[in-house]
Formats: sequence, structure tokens, C-alpha cells
Amino acid sequence: MVQFILLALRAAIPAGTPLLFGTLGEVYAERSGVLNLGVEGLMIMGSVTAFGVAYTTGNVWLAVLLAALAGGLLALLHAFASITLKVNQVVSGLAITMIGLGVSGIMGKQYIGKPLGVGFAALEIPVLSDLPILGSLLFQFDPLVYISIFLVPVLWFVLYRTRWGLSLRSVGENPATADALGVNIVVVRYLAVFIGGLLAGMGGAYLSVVYAPSWIEGMTAGVGWIVIALTIFAMWDPLRALLGAYLFGGVRVLQYRLQPLGISPNLLAMLPFIFTILVLMASAGEAMRKRIGAPAALMQPYSRE
Amino acid sequence: MRGIPTLEVEKRLTTPRWLQFLAPFISLVLALLAIGVIFQTLGVDPLYAYGKIFQGAFGSLYGLSETVVKSIPLMLTGVGLSLAFRARFWNIGAEGQLLVGATCATGLALAYPDWPKLVLLPMMFIAGFLGGALWGLIPALLKARWRVNEVITSLMMVYIASNLVNHLVYGPWKGPEEMGFPYTSKFSDAAQLPRLAWTRIHYPTLILAFLLAVVIYILIKQTKLGYEIRVTGENPAAARYAGMSYLKTVVLVMVLSGGLAGLAGVGEVAGIHFRLRYPGGISPGYGFTAIIVAWLARLNPLGAVLTSFLLGGLLVGGDAIQISLGLPSATIFVFNGTILLFVLGGDLITRYRIRFKWRMTN
Repeated sequence: MVQFILLALRAAIPAGTPLLFGTLGEVYAERSGVLNLGVEGLMIMGSVTAFGVAYTTGNVWLAVLLAALAGGLLALLHAFASITLKVNQVVSGLAITMIGLGVSGIMGKQYIGKPLGVGFAALEIPVLSDLPILGSLLFQFDPLVYISIFLVPVLWFVLYRTRWGLSLRSVGENPATADALGVNIVVVRYLAVFIGGLLAGMGGAYLSVVYAPSWIEGMTAGVGWIVIALTIFAMWDPLRALLGAYLFGGVRVLQYRLQPLGISPNLLAMLPFIFTILVLMASAGEAMRKRIGAPAALMQPYSRE
Repeated sequence: MRGIPTLEVEKRLTTPRWLQFLAPFISLVLALLAIGVIFQTLGVDPLYAYGKIFQGAFGSLYGLSETVVKSIPLMLTGVGLSLAFRARFWNIGAEGQLLVGATCATGLALAYPDWPKLVLLPMMFIAGFLGGALWGLIPALLKARWRVNEVITSLMMVYIASNLVNHLVYGPWKGPEEMGFPYTSKFSDAAQLPRLAWTRIHYPTLILAFLLAVVIYILIKQTKLGYEIRVTGENPAAARYAGMSYLKTVVLVMVLSGGLAGLAGVGEVAGIHFRLRYPGGISPGYGFTAIIVAWLARLNPLGAVLTSFLLGGLLVGGDAIQISLGLPSATIFVFNGTILLFVLGGDLITRYRIRFKWRMTN
């Protein structure tokens, strides 16, 4: 039993890593007041770019870098539509998702069924990785896992302890005041959405290069949408995003661990989505109790009147 | 001294009628141009692709009939979505509501194959409506009761529905004579909708879709309920102040919106496939394409009748280029996404005026 739990934990972290990247990014975008529902599209662009680059050049680091840029570029399209043109952010985000799914499908057709010969070597943290049980449990992951974990406190610090983070939060809460104080709202929002895109692209890269090294059309399969839910669950806080991502990673793992028990795999595949709805309900309750809400200016384009 | 040339965006006080009517078409043309650029970048010859699309959708009687076939589910679902979007309820889950509608109708068709046609088929439509309505009701209640974001819940319900259909067609409902395919057995004759000769146009569903478009149009424009829906969408605070119940409005809107998507699902199983199949085999994303149908029609149910033919044609043409150019089925999403983005931008020209001005400098 202990073995089972440890193995599940060990598996939950890689399963949660694409979610963590994506959620950290969406936290930044939404904190600035821009809802980006295009995460699914951004991630899958990251997946196809990363696989293509890794497959042709053999360089996994370059693959992750370009995947991040692909996510960032597509996110800028959403930024242009929602910040500059001030169109409806829900619909624009949907459009971004569709464009990402479609373009990645065309780009990736040549890679279907091709094995990826390269990958990241597990990074064993010296000394700590030799610890019994805990060593293999916590200190023998691929470098991207550590990067995502490292990003959590960094992004938290930037958001809560730096001037720019204060600007970002104020733009999302009360843009008129921020504007009066001399914050350039357009620049801050563009940057936040771009950062969100970079991180979503990295999450997508993790899927196609590390988690399931292959290209399958539509391989994100709803991960991007779970990210949107996780952002709410995380109450727009990078630290809570870590908790949420691994929790959902665990649910994804559970789905496969329960299969040998003879439950229909299709019914088990519903689990993450049912869990998402339940978690959203719980978060809504918690938010009401603690009076924590979405950034006040979320989804509201800003114009000086 | 003339100063520097600048583009200035100013709000229009009134929108000329011709512009309101023309804006979606301008957006559509611009979107098709942009898609051409995307295709070119991805190494697909856009002119050849567009030629094939047009030829496939409108170039032959068969193509035209298939365009009508695909417009039926788009019309039903699009009309329902225009109602939901008017209340600013973001029902992104029409695809799931459609699948559940198809599932409920299938359940009835498989359980009572011997009922007379005139009883069984209407019952299947009612079951499909109820199934879709139930699937739409869940996000509505969660939103109205606990303020849970409906975009995510309605979409999660799509994944759940799609896994439910998979479970049924791979498991308990799998037809023993279907040679291992994930299909149910073929429906009895009583559960099959009649079609126009030589085509797959299941006209009873088409007529139903027309009628419902008119009904929903009247509901929105002429009734108190329609007025409440519009106020709830445009100014929820005012709606609350006027004593309108958000719960009641949203529940009603989603019962209708989900129900109509459910009817579309019934049409697909009873009029096209005569069986339930894996989700992608029932709907190539009609529920998502219908979002564009509704938006392109500026949320006008009668407009949705027109735009559903347009997007139906695009789906048929999309199938044609998939075959002739070897493109993946996801290609249609490039069309959907880009058109949606441009239609969204197109709304701007109706609300704002862009002027070229010489700004004076001191």
C-alpha cells in the first residue's frame, strides 16, 4: 500500500507538470485582467513545435525554447484582440484554441507515428537522490520538472514583492487607478499575456517531448481547459498552483492505476473532468467564504473615458 | 501646417443598417484571406484549396445536398446558442449536449424497435431534447447557484459526454454484428427518419430546425421572457434590480439551448447514421462550429439559418480538401478559429469608426 502511494506520488509530479506550467502562465495573464481561454491552443502549439524541433535537430533545449515562443506568439494574437481591439475575451480565447488545434494538426501531420529518439536525462540531485525512498521519489526527475518548481517561488516573488508585480496586480484590480499612477496598462497586459503564452508553450513541450514523447493530433486533450479551472482553484496564486497541479496530476495517474481493477477505461477517463467540476464548486464556496474573488477587472478592456 | 497623420478610432453613435448587415460578410472575406495566408505559410496552395472547397460544397448537386445535410445540426445548435449567448451565458458545451441527445434517442431506438414509426421517432426527439437539456442544465445550475464559471463546466461536460458515448459503443451497447467497430446495432426501420430522394437530407429535422428558428426569434423579439433574457445579458445589475430571477432566466435559456443541441444529435443518429457511433463519427465538432454560426449571425436566430448553410458548405468543402490535399481533420479548426476571430473584429466596425486625421502638433 505504501509502495502504491509512493509510486502514485512519483507519477503525479510529471503528470502535473504541464498543468503547472500552464497554470502559472494563466495566473499572470488573469492577474493583469486578461482572461485567456486559449491555453489549450497555446499548449498544443508548444507540443507540435517542440516535437518538430526535437525530431529534426535532436536538441531538446532548443525544442522547449521554440515551443515557448510559439505559445507566446499565439498568445500575442489574443492580446492584440482583447487588449487593443477590446473584443470579447471569451470568444477570442476560443478562437485561439481552435487556431492552435488546427494549425498544429497541419504542422504535425508529418510527425504522426514517428518515435522521438532524444529526450532529457533525469537530473539526479547529488546526495539527496541517494536517500532511501525519498531519493528516487523526489530527486530524480527530468530538468523541466525542477524548472517548473523553481518558477513557482520566482513568479510568486515577482508578483507580490516587486514593483512590476504590484503594477501587474493593480492593472488587474483597478486599471483606472493604475493608469492615474502612471502604469502603462497596455504594456503590462501585453507582457502578462505573453508570459502566459511562453509558459503554456513550455507545458505543451513537456507533453510531447517528456511525458509522452510522440506527436498525436489533439494530444493536449483538455489539459489546457483544466488549467483554466486550476487557475481559479489556485485563487490566482502561484504557490497554490503547485498544489493544484500535482493534485490533478494525481487524478490523471489514478485514472490509469485503476484500469487493472476492471473499470471501463472510458468511464475512468471522465475522472479528471468530473474532478474539475467538483473542485470548481469547492473553490467557489471557499472564495465566497473568504471573500476572495477573481481580479476585479478580469475580462474588462480598459479605455480612458 | 498639417501635422502628423494618425488613425483615430471613435465610437459610432448609431450604426447604419447596411453596415450591420454587411459587417459579417466583410469579416468573412477578410478571414478567408487570412486563412489563405496561413495555408501558404504551412505549404498548402490556398487558391487550389479554395477552389476545391467551393467545388466540393457548391459545385455539384451532391455537394449542395451534403451542405444542407451538415447545416441541419448547425442550424439547430446555432439557434440554441444564439439564445444562450444573448443572455451572456457562455455555453461552450453544445457538442456534449448534442452527443447526449444522440445517446438518449439511441437508447429509445434500441429498447423499443417495434414501436410504430409515428410514435417512436417523436419520442426519440423528445428524449434527445431532454438529454441535451439536462446536460445544459448542470452548468446553468452551477453558475446560478454557486457562481461556477460556465465556460469550463459546460466544456468539461463535453469530455464527460464523449467518454460516455465511447463507453457505450465500445461496451454495453456495442452491436454484435458490427464486426468489432465501435457502433451500436443498426436502428429498426421505425427509428429511421425519411430522407429526400437520392440525398441524405433528413427533411423532418430540417423543417423542425426552420420552425424552431422562427419560434426562438419570436421568443427573443416579442415576448417578456425574451426581453428578460436580453436585459440579463446586457445589464445583469439592472435585471436584478427589476426583480428578474437570474436562476429562472439562465435555467430556461440552457434548457432550450441544450435541448436544441440534443435535437441535432437525434437528427444525426436517426437521419444519417441509423446507429450510435464513436463521438467523432457522430459529430465532427458541430457544437463548436455552431458557435461561429451564432456569432456570424450576430445572435439572430433567423440569421443563423443562413449562416448555418455557409458553415455547412465549409464543412463539406473541408472534407473535400482533406481528401485531395491529404490534410488532417483538424484543418477545419483553422477555418473555425480564424473566422471567429475576424467576425469578432468585424463587430468593431459596426461600433467604431476609423478615421484618418491630421493631428496638429505644437
